[in-house]
This record gives sequence, structure tokens and C-alpha cells, in this order.
Amino acid sequence: MEGDTREAIQDKSNVASSRPKNGVPNGSDRRLTDEEFERYSRQMIVPGMGKHGQLRLINSSVLIIGAGGLGCPAAQYIAGAGIGTIGIVDGDVVEPSNLHRQVAHATSRIGMAKVDSLITHLRSLNPLPTYIAHPFHLTAQNGADILSRYDLILDCTDNPATRYLISDLCVLLQKPLVSAASVQTSGQLIVLNCPPSPQGVVDRPCAPCYRCCFRKPPPPSANLSCGEAGIMGPVVGMMGVAQAGEAIKILASALHLPQDARGASGASGASDAERHLTHPHLLIYSYDLASAIGPYTFRALRMGGRKRSCFACGEGSTLTLEGIRSGNPDYVQFCGGLAPPPHAGLAPEERVTAAAYDAARRKQELPPHVLLDIREREHFSLGSIEGAVNVPFGKLLMKAAEIQRDGGEAEDVLPREARGSGKDAPIYVVCRRGIDSQETVAKLKELGLDHGGTRKIVDIVGGMKAWKDEVDPRFPFL
Amino acid sequence: MSAAKNNDTIDITVDFSGGLEMLFDNKRRYSVSLPAVDGSGKPVTMAFLIDHLCTHLMKDPRVDLFVLDKHIRPGILVLINDADWELEGEEAYELQPRDNILFVSTLHGG
Ligand SMILES: [Zn+2]
Repeated sequence: MEGDTREAIQDKSNVASSRPKNGVPNGSDRRLTDEEFERYSRQMIVPGMGKHGQLRLINSSVLIIGAGGLGCPAAQYIAGAGIGTIGIVDGDVVEPSNLHRQVAHATSRIGMAKVDSLITHLRSLNPLPTYIAHPFHLTAQNGADILSRYDLILDCTDNPATRYLISDLCVLLQKPLVSAASVQTSGQLIVLNCPPSPQGVVDRPCAPCYRCCFRKPPPPSANLSCGEAGIMGPVVGMMGVAQAGEAIKILASALHLPQDARGASGASGASDAERHLTHPHLLIYSYDLASAIGPYTFRALRMGGRKRSCFACGEGSTLTLEGIRSGNPDYVQFCGGLAPPPHAGLAPEERVTAAAYDAARRKQELPPHVLLDIREREHFSLGSIEGAVNVPFGKLLMKAAEIQRDGGEAEDVLPREARGSGKDAPIYVVCRRGIDSQETVAKLKELGLDHGGTRKIVDIVGGMKAWKDEVDPRFPFL
Repeated sequence: MSAAKNNDTIDITVDFSGGLEMLFDNKRRYSVSLPAVDGSGKPVTMAFLIDHLCTHLMKDPRVDLFVLDKHIRPGILVLINDADWELEGEEAYELQPRDNILFVSTLHGG
């Protein structure tokens, strides 16, 4: 068990254990201090909030899983609003490439554990909450122990396996979950499992879990991560802020508690349907770099409720905390595992290492040839091997398909500047990590560009990543 | 409305989001005109539309990023007039004039 919670929990009664403490009577007759009155006045005078809502926030605990692009802005507003206990889980350290979007960290804290960096920032914003650092990644082994201590969970992580794990734990521990994700220029947000209902209950409308909405993960080949695909800071930031917004709403109005525990001044009178809880909306944000705000920038999509057949929360589900702890289900495998990347079955003479290609170039052993770089244009623009020409992989495949379908010159898949290199000039193909380049070599041969074997078409093994590792350590590999 | 005749068409809009627009020439919205009935005289369904998109609108040859084993691949949500298509009958849903169909891939980054 991970007992590495660095911060002593100062006040035991502050930690989620006794149930209705956030509901009503418990703590709601406590006086606000002068400092609290002053600090929280502008949100307390908002209709619907009041002192009652503020006390609920103060008596609540929130766990933020991930101290990155979503977790930083979410934590800022959660702390600012005065949620009483704030836990943060992350095993990474601050890196320079985080800072354009993870704006609660700081240049002076590069190399520091993200949880410590974030808590440093939050303390200077609001010293009143209790901050709890969990400076490691969430796992199937430590997850239940950590989540069980909090009232509400924010999923600010960056990979499908952890997302399914968090949702399953929230179902079993009956915790509301605010889930968001973002990549490149898109963001998504949804409130799940709120209010929580016992696993397996299907005889009345219940809120869905993550699996109810997203039954299966995408195949790994279709899965983009921020590190690989890029991310715009304001896009992920908007989603993180919206997560905090939903969390504050839920806790201040006690929407996550059963109706009877919510008390008179809860969202009284409103039916479940009006509160959109059992059929939540998925908010989609699309940010178009080439246009202004338009009609499709924000969309709210109506999702179904709990599914009878859901693996985690549905009828007769066999999912248990003990099972999860002992590796059942296997989240990594469910999400496509760490299977070796597919390869196109190239012969050894169709492949050359980055180091060998460089050495042959230096010794001028290579005839005039085409060096075809198939990374995205943005990657290419940041740096490339001297003499390389660029056609992005997707474009090349599209052009190849067009030629195969409609006819045309196979040579036309190559960029114009590569066509003059001589009919049998060898083609060397390089990509980011050496996977798409293998497929490209196979595709170029299929198009007949190898001229029946007289022209060499060669894959540079490991792509520009290998070029950086083996040849040019200063190359800006992104 | 009277029963659809063979030469009637249905006009709908189709949107792509969450990166799927990359497979469709980087356009997020298409106006699509479909025959009101399929070859066997039955009203056209979502299944018909998906086949139509793959054969007529998809420029990228990586069809498996959209359709796997003849079904929309895991990780893509389909919304019919902003509601999850599971609420509407999925592939069997019969398209209506002016329907808005959204295909969006689920995101996991953060
Ligand atoms: Zn479920």
C-alpha cells in the first residue's frame, strides 16, 4: 500500500469519512471566520450559493488526478473557491514543455515533482484548504485507498487505461466523477456517476459511468496523446476550468447526495431530468485555428443513462475492488496493451539505421538520392535532415490511393523537388519514430516506384527519434 | 408525409469532430444528399449513410480509422441531432430530412 502521503492530515474530521458531513447539518451551523467572509464574499452573494453553499465547499474534499494541462487550471479554481481538502495525484516532474499549458507550475520549479509545484502555487493563492500530496501515479493497487478518502474525483489524466481504472473505482466507491480530455484543438467534458448509485442497480434511472458512455477504448493506432499530437494551452485550460466549475456546482448544491440527504435548501424542487444528472451532456469544444468563434465551437450532446449491460455498473457486474487490486481487469491490455508496433515486413536490405545512413553520407558513399521525410508539416518546419523533402504521411497515402483508383503517374506521390533526382535514384524514407516509414516503403514499392527492384527504397530505422539519439543530440525532436 | 418515392432525396448535415475531420479533407461539416430509399426500396438508415461516407466522402484511405469490421470503430461517438445514437436505434435509425449527424472521436489526452 502506498503510504507515501507526504502531508500530515491536520484535522481528521476534515477528511471524507462520515457520510452526510457535506449534506446538511454537520458543520453547516459553523460560523465563517472573518477571513473566510472576506475571501469568499463575491461567490457567496451569487444567487443559489450563500453561506450554506460555501460551508458545503469548506466541508468537502476533492481529488484531482493529474497535475497537468487539465489539473492545473482545475486546481486553481477548486482552491480559490475554498474546497476544504484538496488531494493531488501525479508521479511526474515539471518539464519546460509543460509550461505553455500547465500554468500553475513555474520556470523556477522545473524538475520539481508536479504535485509539490502545484501545491506551492495553490498555497500562495489560498492557504486555507488542506492540501494532500500523492506524489506517484495512480495504479490499480493504490487507487481504491486514495479515492475512498474524497467526496468527488476529477479525472485530469492523459491515457485511456487510467481513465477506465478511475471510472471503475468511482463506481465501486460510489464517487461522482468529473471527466475531461483534450488534444490538439478539441476538448471534451462530462459529469459521470452523479449522484452515485450502487453497482448493479438498474430498476430506476441512474447516472452513467465512463464505460456506459465509452464502452470500448479506441485502438492504440487511433489514439492521440498530447506529447505526440500537440495541444493548445487555452483548449485544455478551458476544459480544466470547466471541470472545476462542475465540481463546485455539485458540491455547493450537494447534487451528488441522494435527494433526502440534500436537505431543504439543496436544489429543491428540481427533478432529476431538469438537473441533467441521469442523462448527462457531453460538452465538446472545437477550437479552429483558422476561424473565429462559430456555431459549432461548443456543443452539448445528450448521453444515455446507466446501461443495463455495462461491465462496471450494470446488472450482475462482477467487478470488485479486490479484483481490480489483483489485476482483474487488466486495464493496459484492455486499452491495446504494449504490443509491439506493427511492421510492414521489410527485408533487412530495405532498412538502414540512422547512424549507418549518416556515416555513408559523410563518406560520400551514397549516390544522389531522395530523402523523403513524411512527418507532419509542422514537425518538419522545426528541423529536418539536410536535403530532406517533405510529404506528410496522410497526404502520401491519399495521393497513392488516388493513383491506384484513378490511374496516373506513380512518381507523382513524391514532391516536385524530388522528381528530378534521376529515375533510379534511391529513396530513403524517414518519419518520427520509424513506424509510418516502413508502411511508406511498402506502399511506394506497391506503386511500382522500385522499378522492379532496380531502384532501392529504404526505411531509416527508428525515424528522427533515432537520428537524435544516434547522430545529432541537439536535434529538436518533439 | 407520404411514402418516399424512388427519386426522392433526403438532405442532411454530417459533422466530424475530435480529429475525425482529418479523414474527410479537414472539413468539419458536409451537406449530404441521400436517396430516400435504398436499392431494395427501404428507407435509408445510418448504416446506409456510413457506407456512403466511406465510398464517397472519405479522401483518406485509412478507412479502418473510421470503420472496423463494417461497424463504426470503438472510440467514435455517433450523435443523431445531438443525442447519443444508442438512444435512437444506432445503425437501424431511419434518416429524416434535415437530420444532423455528428461523428466525434473520444479524446484521452490532458
Ligand atoms: Zn456503467
